[in-house]
This record gives sequence, C-alpha cells and structure tokens, in this order.
Amino acid sequence: MRYSYYPGCSLDATGKQYGESIHAVAKALGVELVELDDWNCCGATAYMNVNEVLSFCLSARNLALVGKAGNGKELVTACNACYTNLRKTEVYLNQFPEIREKVGQALAEANMKYEGGVVTKHFLQVLVEDVGLERIKANVKRPLTGLRVAPYYGCQIVRPYGIQDDPDNPMMMDRFLEALGATPTQYAMKVMCCGGSLMGTREEVALRLCRNLLLCAQEAKADCIAVACPLCQMNLDAYQVAINRNYGTNFSLPIVYFTQLAGLAFGLKSDELGMQRCIVPATQIAARYA
Amino acid sequence: MRGVQETVLYEEAMDLKFLDEVYGIPGGDKIKDCIQCGTCSGSCPVSWAMEESPRKIFAMIRAGMRDQVLDSLTIWTCASCYQCAERCPQEIKITDIMYMLKRMAIREDRRRSRKARALSECFVNVVNRYGRNRETELMARFALMTDPLGSVALAPVGMSLFSRGRLPLGGSKVRDIEGLRKIVAKAQELGGE
Repeated sequence: MRYSYYPGCSLDATGKQYGESIHAVAKALGVELVELDDWNCCGATAYMNVNEVLSFCLSARNLALVGKAGNGKELVTACNACYTNLRKTEVYLNQFPEIREKVGQALAEANMKYEGGVVTKHFLQVLVEDVGLERIKANVKRPLTGLRVAPYYGCQIVRPYGIQDDPDNPMMMDRFLEALGATPTQYAMKVMCCGGSLMGTREEVALRLCRNLLLCAQEAKADCIAVACPLCQMNLDAYQVAINRNYGTNFSLPIVYFTQLAGLAFGLKSDELGMQRCIVPATQIAARYA
Repeated sequence: MRGVQETVLYEEAMDLKFLDEVYGIPGGDKIKDCIQCGTCSGSCPVSWAMEESPRKIFAMIRAGMRDQVLDSLTIWTCASCYQCAERCPQEIKITDIMYMLKRMAIREDRRRSRKARALSECFVNVVNRYGRNRETELMARFALMTDPLGSVALAPVGMSLFSRGRLPLGGSKVRDIEGLRKIVAKAQELGGE
C-alpha cells in the first residue's frame, strides 16, 4: 500500500507526536507514506477569512502536486482541518465552474495544472477501511485490555466534506479502538467542536467547550481521550491547566492520538510514539501496556 | 435578563444590496431557501456565546441589516465546525456564508473584527514567507500584535509545548516559494467579491 502523504504544518510542531506515531504505525503495518514533494500550507481557517479563491488555490496546488508525484491519486492526511480543506476544494472545483476557472488561472502562473480526481483520505480511514480491522487485530501484540478511551472525532471530519460515517454518532474510531483491545466509552460529545482557533481569538468560549468535553469524558470514566486532529489535541492538552484554573476543576485526562494507542498495542516503544510529548502525562498509560 | 425587543424594519430602510453580495459567493443564493427553522441555532455549539443566533443572523441578512450583521459578535463566535451546514435541511452553506461575513467585516475594518484579523494577518504573513505555517512564529507574532503584556499569561502554555519539543525554532519551507507567491498574487487579483 502506497500513498502520497500530506503531513500539514502542525505535525512538525505542536502535533509532533502525531507525525511520529503515524510513521511508526504505518511502518508496522507495511503502509508506505511518501511525503508529498514541496507541499504548502492548506490555509487552515485563516485564509477563508481573507480570500476564498486564495484558500482554494492553496489546496489546489497540493492536489496538483499529487498527480505530478506519480504515486497514484490517493492523498493521505491526518489533520482534520487539512483534510476538510483538501476535500472541500475538490468539491468546489467540481461544482462551481467560476472557481475552477480562477484557480486554474492562478495555478498557471506557476506552470501548474490540476486535472482533478485526487481522493483525499484521513489516516484513520486508511487504517479502518484500507488496511482493515482484521489486519489491525492481527498486529496487536499487547491488547489495551481495560483501557477506557473516549473517542473524540472533533468536528470537521464528520461534516459535509468528511468521512462516510454517521455525522452524529460516528463509529469508525470506536471500532478501531475495539480492535486494539481498548474499551471505547459512550459519551455525548464525540463530535462536539473544541473551539478550534477560537482559543486565540475568543479564549473564554473555547475554554468552556473544552471544559465540557473533559467533563463529559470524565463522567464516562474514561482513562484518556483519543483524538484525530492536532488542534483538538493542543486545545485539550496544553490548555487543561488553564481550564482547571478557570473552572476550579481537577482534570488530569491524557489526550492521546489514536495512532499512539495503536502503536502501544502493536508493541512499539513509548518514545517512538512521542508519548512523552503529551503535556498531561500519558506515560503511565504507556507503562501499563509496556 | 434581556426583555423582548420589538423592531419593525420597513422596506425602505432595507439595504437589499447586501443580499446581492451574499448571492455572489458560490452557493450563496441558497440563502433564499432558508425557512427559519432554527436547526442551525439549535445545533451550534457556541450559540450561547453569540449575540444573535445563526438563525437570526440569516433573517437579518435577508432584511438587509448590513451594519448590524457585520458588527455582530456572532460572526466572530463561529468556530467553523460546520455542524449547522451538516444539518441544514435546505442545504445552505451556512459556515461558508459566515466566512464571507467575516471577510466583509475584516475588509471594512469593523471594530470587532480586529483580533481575528490580526490572527489571519499573522498567519498569512508566515505562510507568504515560508509557504508553510511555522506555529512558533505564528504564536509569537500574534501575541506581540494583540496583547504584548497579556501574552505573559500565554507563556505557560508556550513553555509547556516548547519543553516537550512541540514548538521548534525554525522549520521547513516550500522550495518553489516564488511559484507559490505568483499563485497567491494571481488569486488575490481574481478573488474579488
């Protein structure tokens, strides 16, 4: 299995342990991720506030690079925002000729052309749908027995441009966690927004959203929350101290990527998976299954 | 508690050009199909922090209340989570229309747009320079631009990320940055609205 891989900007920085665990897990499963040569930022939500056409151009340049690289037409990313921007761009280019025309003209300035047809997948989809849960199970060396995990999908991957799953009660990550031997907890907020970039512009709103999420997961007796997006991870992890201070709470819930849990179950080393990079300590979870 | 407000807006006070502006974005004309059912407001995770709910904003757009809409805190409370767009029975691209309102408010330098504008500008500056978002530089620029003293409060978050190797100094860059800049320049020229 070979895919073009779009890491996105966060996986070099705040989401470093996501990138590390993705590579470790892919290697263990024999999935080849070829980094898209010379990829650029997807524009996140910031560019949509500035110029819509420009935002589409950024993703279209990345999509154009996929065809050039000759690794097939499937592009894998693991950040919910990158995923949504890439998928949304594909939909808009198909649906609106005036957008296609403008984007085409802009790409031509750099002698680039996007012919269409790239399929962007989330890494979670690759593991569940392409690799398949049977093969995941076959790779489990240390089942995560007894680990209660709150699966947190975040917002954008289950929305209009997202994965084929129930938008209100997606089960893809739940089934994945089960395959690892963990117990996914039932809780009401698995697709509730974490606030995203509001943490920068309206902090009090984002803090409360994250507080509610943590509370809901804690009430479900989760040992940790599993995430699939670097912004969700940062908001819930790096701001947990601020949440406790603001609301007089006492949360100490590790926020781990689904790929880190997979790596542990596959018998990989804790530091290969960047477990030490979590701010709310996650190393005890690693130690439990080492 | 706020009392019931009664506002009657007569037709001659309406700025109907506003509606034309909304029609101008791809899929924007679907706003005609809004049945004011309130599914958007009921689904929105942050409607409690808004002044006007999304449903009300859409009624205000159609009533041509341009200034009130563009000055509303509502558009800056939207986190772009797409829950409203996912559930809208009329398939209105609510999130994208919110984005459009944000762009209009930023362009017109509306007071409440300034913080989000600062974040977007810092982001665009970093990406124009490297083709990628260097998060460390983005966070530093944004803190300095909006709240140089208050950024001390952010320091623990920054330090906790930094000490775990999650805020690197430097970072990677797009090789064909010149090509990317040409695309950006052309897109801005064509972007319009």
